[in-house]
Amino acid sequence: MKGPISENFEHKADIGVRGKGKTIEDAFVGGALSMMGVMFELKGVKAQRSVDIECTADDLAALFVEWLNRILCQRDLETMVFSKFEAEISGKDGNFILKGKAWGEGYDPSRHVPKIEVKAATYSQLKFFKEEGTGLYVVQCIVDV
Amino acid sequence: MKIQDLKKVSDYQWEVPRTGDMTVPGEIFSSAQLVQEMDEKVKEQVSNVACLPGIIKASLAMPDAHWGYGFPIGGVGAFDSEKGVVCMGGVGFDISCGVRTLRTTLMKDDLRGNKLEQLADALFRDIPAGLGSTGEIRLNLEQIDEVLLGGAIWAVEKGYGTKEDLKFVEEEGRIDGADPSKVSMDAKKRQYQQVGTLGSGNHYLEVQYVDEILDEQGANVYCLKKDQVVISLHCGSRALGHQIGTDYLKGLGQAVKKYNINIRDRELACAPVTSEEGISYFAAMNAGVNCALANRQVLTHLVRGAVESVFKDAKVETLYDISHNTCKLEEHDVDGKRTKLYVHRKGATRALGPGRAEVPERYKDIGQPVLIGGTMGTCSYILCGTEFGTKVAWGSACHGAGRNMSRTEATKKFWGEDVVKRLAQRHILIRAHSKKGIAEEAPDAYKDVTQVVDAVDKAGLAKKIALVRPMACVKG
Repeated sequence: MKGPISENFEHKADIGVRGKGKTIEDAFVGGALSMMGVMFELKGVKAQRSVDIECTADDLAALFVEWLNRILCQRDLETMVFSKFEAEISGKDGNFILKGKAWGEGYDPSRHVPKIEVKAATYSQLKFFKEEGTGLYVVQCIVDV
Repeated sequence: MKIQDLKKVSDYQWEVPRTGDMTVPGEIFSSAQLVQEMDEKVKEQVSNVACLPGIIKASLAMPDAHWGYGFPIGGVGAFDSEKGVVCMGGVGFDISCGVRTLRTTLMKDDLRGNKLEQLADALFRDIPAGLGSTGEIRLNLEQIDEVLLGGAIWAVEKGYGTKEDLKFVEEEGRIDGADPSKVSMDAKKRQYQQVGTLGSGNHYLEVQYVDEILDEQGANVYCLKKDQVVISLHCGSRALGHQIGTDYLKGLGQAVKKYNINIRDRELACAPVTSEEGISYFAAMNAGVNCALANRQVLTHLVRGAVESVFKDAKVETLYDISHNTCKLEEHDVDGKRTKLYVHRKGATRALGPGRAEVPERYKDIGQPVLIGGTMGTCSYILCGTEFGTKVAWGSACHGAGRNMSRTEATKKFWGEDVVKRLAQRHILIRAHSKKGIAEEAPDAYKDVTQVVDAVDKAGLAKKIALVRPMACVKG
């Protein structure tokens, strides 16, 4: 397996986003790609420029929600479509810090295919764990659409 | 949900008995069938809300209740104005998302020939909708603060709509208690270009006609007649509201620890109403309410322009504007005593009965209009609030039908193009920015709104006045 894996999972009213990876960072990146994939068709979106994404939280699961919500905020402020992410996580329980980047290009309605707006990442079905068998880190939550 | 775990109060009222830390019972207002179709999670969430400090009488669920964040969607809870809490999970991320229905002087027959198509095209052209859409209004920080303080009154002062509109908007267009200084810069900046936009997902703008009058007296008071064309729009506080929700979910999460509040679900982040954090959230949330009221007012103006571009002499008036995701300080009778309460309605609407001070003068004798949206392929209802509902459910009713199929399942089952074609065969025109969005919002992905509205009516929460059917729908 190479790099981050992104998946979606079922929810009656909204959508679940999940990231998996050999590292915690890869799982976070997979989750971010999953959420962006809910919002836009990502095929063909170039990583032309980046914006910094920084956030903190007491635990890794909450850090994932913060990460997604910061991405949503920056996407709106910069009017961009993101197709690539980088994340670096440091700290320990009680104080985790994520420093990352979101790469993409300015939103262009003539080229980009919008799907559905994500209002926020939520604590609903929020989980962070190491998968038995594969040993992969998994992080997930429901996003409100 | 296992109905045998509930105590039957009446055919349309079911009690979730107190267990564990619940300080009050739960009350589900619905038919036996709808209760049985509800997810067990609804009961769990109703019970979780019943554990929050200062909750009064009961934790309520409306007939369409389904699994939400913190509160169920269709969850209502009233809290003591001194010992209670304000809870982000009782409002959600789309603060004051709501419906405004506009009466027109057009009749169904006026939209014959290609007129309906022209109207649908004009609305699609003039109403910014969809992910990433921006409106014509560009605001700076100072102007955003004016929106957050002024609500729909700000919009009318800027030339978007009429003073007459304001008489038929909750809070007469502007809620007190908003404080823009409690709203983050991120939230404000995200809204610079989003005032006057519809959004996406389940937000819509629909041209409808009155197909059935179900109560003559009520229809007269609301000035509705058979075959009259009405236009309904469903949207909220856009990115500003989403960001306030996000900011305070974190902030109130810390308050929970600070005040040692025992919550069963992280999404029930809350703070005592008298605490600094609680006061801040309430003030920011009210700013979000004003933003939503301003948004729907600007959209009303745009709808008017679109209608007039096709029908020069047509008049468009506001029937009513209701909000779904709110916490409001209201007065209700508790054990015979008039009491101030913080009433949270999450995915639920106000449905105040006759005589209430909040109800516009013209509607005072029968109660406020209650607008319950269906899907683009079925129908919607206009009801009125009741005295009974005001007494037993703090004047609340459900806001829609609720989904019966996940978005993923819907996109596997339906193609956007097919949905549009099938509706066109039934003379319902769809104008949408996202084909996938159409598949997700396919009529069959939702519960039967008639069944839900029947339960609202029979439970006594609100009384049916008119049934309206879609003719054209604009989606994000």
